Amino acid sequence: MSDPAAIPAAWLRQRAEAAASGLPPLLAEAEHLAATVILGEHGRRRAGLGDQFWQYRHAHAGDAYREIDWRRSGRADATFVREKEWQAAQSVLFWIDTARSMSFTSDADRPSKGARARLLGLAAAVLLNRGGERIGLMQDPEPPRHGEAQLIRVAAELAKEDSADYGIPAERAMPTGARAVLISDFLGDWAQVEGVLAHAADRGVKGVILQVLDPQEEAFPFDGRTIFQSMAGVLEFETLKAGELRNRYLERLAERKARLSMLADRTGWQYQCHHTGESAQAALLWLYGALEGVR
Amino acid sequence: MWSIGPVAFTAPWLLLGLAALPVLWWLLRAVPPAPVRRLFPAVTLLMGLKDDESESDRTPWWLLLLRCLAVAAVIIGFAGPVLNPEETQGGAGPVLILTDASWASASDWRLRQGKIAALVDEAGRAGRPVAVAAVSDPPAGGVEFQSADAWSGRISGLTPAPWAMPATDPGEWIAGLQGGGFDTWWLSDGLARDGRAALLEILRARGTVRVFQSGSERLALRPPVFRDGVIVLEALRSESDGAREATLRAIGPDPAGVERVLAELPVAFGAGEKLATAELSVPAELRNRIRRFEIAGLRSAGAVALTDDALKRRKVGLLAARDDSEGAELLSPLHYLRRALEPTADTVEGTLDDILLSGPDVVVLADVAGLTALESDALEDWVSEGGLLLRFAGPRLAASDVSRAAEDPLMPVRLRAGGRSVGGAMSWGAPKRLRPFAEGTAFHGLDIPDDVTVTSQVMAQPDPSLSGRVIAALADGTPLVTGKTLGQGRVVLFHVAANAEWSTLPLSGLFVQMLERLAVSTRPTQPSAEELDGTTWAPERVLDGFGAERDAGTLPGVPGERLAEGGVGPDLRPGLYASGDRRVAVNVIGDDEMLAPAEWPAGLVVEGMAVQEEARLKGGFLTAALMLLLADIMATLALGGRLARTGRGGAAAALVLALALPGAGEAQQGSDARAVQATSETVLAYVQTGDAALDRISEAGLRGLSRTLTRRTAVEPADPIGVDLEEDELAFFPLLYWPVGAGQPRPSAEAYARLNAYLRTGGMILFDTRDANIAGVGSGSPNGRRLQALAAPLDIPPLEPVPGDHVLTRTFYLLQEFPGRYNGAVWVEAAPPDAARAEGMPFRDLNDGVTPVVIGGNDWAAAWAVDESGQPNFPVGRGFAGERQREFALRFGVNLVMHVLTGNYKSDQVHVPALLDRLGQ
Repeated sequence: MSDPAAIPAAWLRQRAEAAASGLPPLLAEAEHLAATVILGEHGRRRAGLGDQFWQYRHAHAGDAYREIDWRRSGRADATFVREKEWQAAQSVLFWIDTARSMSFTSDADRPSKGARARLLGLAAAVLLNRGGERIGLMQDPEPPRHGEAQLIRVAAELAKEDSADYGIPAERAMPTGARAVLISDFLGDWAQVEGVLAHAADRGVKGVILQVLDPQEEAFPFDGRTIFQSMAGVLEFETLKAGELRNRYLERLAERKARLSMLADRTGWQYQCHHTGESAQAALLWLYGALEGVR
Repeated sequence: MWSIGPVAFTAPWLLLGLAALPVLWWLLRAVPPAPVRRLFPAVTLLMGLKDDESESDRTPWWLLLLRCLAVAAVIIGFAGPVLNPEETQGGAGPVLILTDASWASASDWRLRQGKIAALVDEAGRAGRPVAVAAVSDPPAGGVEFQSADAWSGRISGLTPAPWAMPATDPGEWIAGLQGGGFDTWWLSDGLARDGRAALLEILRARGTVRVFQSGSERLALRPPVFRDGVIVLEALRSESDGAREATLRAIGPDPAGVERVLAELPVAFGAGEKLATAELSVPAELRNRIRRFEIAGLRSAGAVALTDDALKRRKVGLLAARDDSEGAELLSPLHYLRRALEPTADTVEGTLDDILLSGPDVVVLADVAGLTALESDALEDWVSEGGLLLRFAGPRLAASDVSRAAEDPLMPVRLRAGGRSVGGAMSWGAPKRLRPFAEGTAFHGLDIPDDVTVTSQVMAQPDPSLSGRVIAALADGTPLVTGKTLGQGRVVLFHVAANAEWSTLPLSGLFVQMLERLAVSTRPTQPSAEELDGTTWAPERVLDGFGAERDAGTLPGVPGERLAEGGVGPDLRPGLYASGDRRVAVNVIGDDEMLAPAEWPAGLVVEGMAVQEEARLKGGFLTAALMLLLADIMATLALGGRLARTGRGGAAAALVLALALPGAGEAQQGSDARAVQATSETVLAYVQTGDAALDRISEAGLRGLSRTLTRRTAVEPADPIGVDLEEDELAFFPLLYWPVGAGQPRPSAEAYARLNAYLRTGGMILFDTRDANIAGVGSGSPNGRRLQALAAPLDIPPLEPVPGDHVLTRTFYLLQEFPGRYNGAVWVEAAPPDAARAEGMPFRDLNDGVTPVVIGGNDWAAAWAVDESGQPNFPVGRGFAGERQREFALRFGVNLVMHVLTGNYKSDQVHVPALLDRLGQ
């Protein structure tokens, strides 16, 4: 708090949230964001596999003998079957790009792409955790888990920075039928992204792709003789007239988006592009809705 | 020098460099602008794209022009351009530079000095020897012609004299000048003067004469004259064309003694008039304070007129006994006094209180006998401080008991009862006449008219001191006027009444003269030559040529004859001269002097005074070049798109500010901002040890503790602040965390003084040796030894390990140990030896206040430390057991801050049962 005159309410609120939740600020922010989404009626409130008692029902033809609850049946003339609640929790795997390219922001007042990606990802994780799903990170070898502790683990893991220039989703063995959330700028090597998505589709994993871009990357407001560098300085590109390149750059960006969208369509995923200049809440709503739809 | 028009160049060959400008133009055009480096993650999308044209953007023509102009300005600047280069006049041989240096030159003396310097330079360039001399102050032993260099340093020491030309023949010293001929350059003040023509003749006999004279007219002020109740001021001028106005100022001390302008009045010269008159009518009080008149805005001794006694009027308080009879004007005891004093003094009448309040010089009591004790005390005080009390006898005084048995302090002698009457219808004797005034008395020398007779008087009681107090006596030897000193003042008694009942004295001119001699009234005019004969006048304040008053210092006295002769000169400087209690002003301008412009013979060259300054333009050109280059920087930045993000205006303003603002004042601002930051919220502070790593841990630790406090308690500290013991104010911080490192330098004595003041006024220092207390706060570990050295000059009370019932164990959390990363003993101020546990109380009634130090070695900061995202920086213990210890460390921190902020509040709860008990009753 360098400026004592400006003790904004937001600052107090943020700290209060942190205090109340006992979670690091990022998680608190994510919780805060997640709180704006009201969970709908959970679709799984019906009989199924699980541990919790659901209801007794009359046994009918086709029920195995061992399914009949003899103690309950003994108190009546009919036979009853003890049903349990369906507790098929989903595993949702997150890949949130923390590579150097994500640390870019064109304006000091604007969050970096990485910060926005972490916030959205963690907020979605909070929501899913509240909905009873298991959550995990792709780069984390541990299996997805449910609970507050797992949220803290995820948040701690997200606090780390990847030193690579562009992030590549970790190719790990995804559980069949799991869900996946990929959040990145998808500006890295296209072949690797495609490979991961194909692999996931093979395993029957469905999910959402959220592309996070900075407004400057959409607008390309440059002119004059310029040397463009990637964030880690690995790639360099020099042009004498940056302004002349604008249209071709925008074409390539649109093409990259179209390929992502097409890839998503083919594999039954959902794709959306989000800019850091826009509200995080809208993106979270879309993300949550998309995950519901996938489910 | 090579010149174009009014501009010349000291190094003209450098101008050839201008020919290189076209080459520069071509070069600049060929080189593309430097590229901008930009971080841009989407560079992957750009890879493989090609520029359409291989040629880059050309530098625009206006930028090229800007740069070429900058280079041209540099070239021209270094070529040394000079505007108005000075031309020299022909001639050879020595040059005498003669200046009038009179009061009339003072008002534009700076200009004259500049001209003299220019003339000396001119002679120096021509290689002619120079001498500088002033007409008003002729060099006693003549002057020597020297090189111009030798003279140029002495020009600033020349000052104008407050007179014009001394009476001594100016030709003598010129005749003594060496060599045959020399040229004369004469800086005249432009006023006609006797002897000027003679001097000119002598000079022309030796060589050519050039005269320099400024065209402006000279103003002067005659001495003020007091006439018919107003001060008449006469201003003079040397020319008479056109009308002109000036402002006169009366200057003197205000009631607080500060010199200021007391009055201002305009004076207007009509067209063709050389004399203008103004009249100033001011109250006597103000008039008495006026010390000088001057013409506003002129620095010249001629424009100043000093005032003396002629303007001063003494203030006389008149008091008679209350008179019931009306209308008998001629019988009033004050009537003759008023008539005698009014022309030369101001009279004040009223009650004695009013008179004394008005600060009179003299108080006259005419036949006043009954003064109350209060009044006589006040009057006595006033006389003792230097007042003159003049009393007249009369029927009331004769009938009273004043100064009968014992001498009244306000009477010079004792009086016999009754008094006597001579020459009346019922007495034998004839009216008495006055005995001639004895030598040595105040009245000596006054003629006694024949018709002054005394018929009645009060009689002095003969006693040994009487003869010494008689100032005047009657023919038969009985005292008529007696006096004595009282403190610094005088009491004088006329043994007759102030009206004509007892004597004819008040009817005669002698009465006025006697009052004058007693300094009751002042002499109206300048002293005459006879009066001045044989007297010596000491200068009190003198004027310099600029009209400024200076203390006369050790200047010798002036004989009265010289004063009577008039005319100022080195032997009679204008100023204020004093003899006894009289003061005479000697002014530069005489009472009937007039000013006239100087007349020069035909054929003599009279030049103006203006100096055409040589102006060197090098600096200007180089500054212009610098500005152009700055503009070039801005333009280049703008072209390269580097200004795009912050906005051009903003960046330009920032650049200009960065260039224009010096760094001064930042430190002050910084410390103020720091104080505001430290006091607007609770702030935990740590001592900066000089070890950067240690300081980082301290900061992170206090940050962690601050966050914990914010979460759990009502204390919401801001981010912690590092404190430099040598520089910073400590009073803002409730708690100072002082990690001890083995290499930490000892603070200075001043820092220790402030630390002790901090501890005494309720501050707390948490010392942390960070060595797990392996040595038990002893000398066993390096940090422990360092702690002992650091803390030795501190005012630390006796210590003990935290007792189980110390308030620190329960200020917020209930704690029994105070771990950090380690868990060792912690020491605090020892409880007083008589602390005892009261019956039924869980705790002892311990000392009031807060322990000034807490000492331990548990490395608390490391246990508290978190990074920006709130993750702990250092492991504590192993696994989750360690987290529990960290939690206790934080709890200790919370307790400690609570203890500092709330003091012994929790201890006070010990008294709750007793208080409840008392309330119940």
